[in-house]
Amino acid sequence: MLPLSGERSDAKGIVCQKSDSGYTLRGTSTLKRGFAHMLKNGVVMDVTNVEQAQIAEEAGAVSVMVLDKLPSDVRKAGGVARTASIRIIEEIMNSVTIPVMAKCRIGHVYEARVLEETDVDMIDESEVLTPADEHHHIWKWDFTTPFVNGARSLSEALRRIEEGAAMIRTKGEPGTGNVAEAVTHIKKVNDELRAIKSIYDSGDNQDLVRMAREFKVSYDIVEETAKLGRLPVVNFAAGGIATPADAAYLMSLGCDGIFVGSGIFNADDAKERARSIVLATTFWNEPEKVKEAQKMIDERQSMLGLDVKTLELRMQDRGGSA
Amino acid sequence: MSLNVGILAIQGDVQENILSTQTALKELGIEGTVNGVTTPEEISNLDGLIIPGGESTTIGQLSLVNSSLKKIKEKIENGMPVLGICAGMIMLSKTADDRVIGKTDQPLLEFLDIKIERNSFGRQKDSFEADISMDLIDIPKFNGVFIRAPSVTETGSDVEVLSKFNEKIIAVKKGNVIGTSFHPELTYDVSLHKYFVNLVKQVK
Repeated sequence: MLPLSGERSDAKGIVCQKSDSGYTLRGTSTLKRGFAHMLKNGVVMDVTNVEQAQIAEEAGAVSVMVLDKLPSDVRKAGGVARTASIRIIEEIMNSVTIPVMAKCRIGHVYEARVLEETDVDMIDESEVLTPADEHHHIWKWDFTTPFVNGARSLSEALRRIEEGAAMIRTKGEPGTGNVAEAVTHIKKVNDELRAIKSIYDSGDNQDLVRMAREFKVSYDIVEETAKLGRLPVVNFAAGGIATPADAAYLMSLGCDGIFVGSGIFNADDAKERARSIVLATTFWNEPEKVKEAQKMIDERQSMLGLDVKTLELRMQDRGGSA
Repeated sequence: MSLNVGILAIQGDVQENILSTQTALKELGIEGTVNGVTTPEEISNLDGLIIPGGESTTIGQLSLVNSSLKKIKEKIENGMPVLGICAGMIMLSKTADDRVIGKTDQPLLEFLDIKIERNSFGRQKDSFEADISMDLIDIPKFNGVFIRAPSVTETGSDVEVLSKFNEKIIAVKKGNVIGTSFHPELTYDVSLHKYFVNLVKQVK
């Protein structure tokens, strides 16, 4: 079982209230990480309006992520990308029953506060938007609403978890329709997990201390992760997923689920594509079903991919060193 | 005699329920295996099934795709014990409305004569932990973990109410079928899983 404790005694996001049937606690680590558990083996889809959110829900998405523009359009538009319009987020919250997430800029504490007040179910502190603070991420323990963060390596993931992230998504390169970067980063995290697990199994605590220093995190979280042999929170794959086969491949690498950004609503067959990616994610272990899913889409209608080497803007690098 | 308990592994909190059930079997000294199940064939061999928490719209639609929904229905009608947690309880119900959206058109098993209000306590920020009790099944104190939890707003005459919190019904039972709004797999207390395993053993 993934550990649900990991609580900080100074977490300001925890709220204790008296009710008729006794005390209730909100914003605990169990509730935040537990929320992410309920998304496991599912697909979270980027949407920009009510119509897309309803297509996502009907296709079987476990949640929708509201943006002002899809990542590929953010890339085209340039300029500063900020959190989505609150009015649109509220419209979507009032039209689907599945959880609604929204993105805030890295380090932008008040975009996050605004999203928490809006009552979104999870906040994505995301590199798809223009970072507001080059040196700090949000101290997420101050919030009652859970956060998800991106990571390209184990050290990045553990730093985000220590800041209070309840869920991690391994970064790809958003808005490219190219799954290569997502694959690279998941494999990197997996390799690093194997490495610290073997150090843990060998009983060499000194080497674990060395890893903690290298990762710039506490010894405790390194030890906990090494013992588990996986991240202590739910871990999804994201960035560049465009087809059912992409989704199934990432699931096979050990991810708990999938975020799809531009891949669905920038394709010409959004409905079928949404459905087929959900099917492939659920039944990734059955190649025959993945084939059936892949058959539902037409490659000529897939979004045109981008070669990551030619990109001027690498979103994945944002916030990575902090 | 070894028990074969399955966790419906379409989507959601599957692994945690496998571990809680394994722990329950071990503490009770009962022999048995616990596996994630998805296909009608796997379901047909089960002595008991847990439908875990997750998104009920997703679990419903996808279990319809490979006809596991039909198989589960058949097994329940033949007396197989089922524990439905959160989304799982929604799946077992006859009608499910959303607190904000109202009527939803989602595939359900329609076994428990109950009406569900989805997201009854609010959105994720309102998710909470609290002590609850289920005296009818000898669990006087339990840490209830409620995540965007549903509640039961109406019950038919054959449905027993196991627990309430702030006047809302949060656990029900009809024969060998139990539904809860909260997540027993997200605590280290396995007493509800133990109660369920005992039920599976009695029926077998």
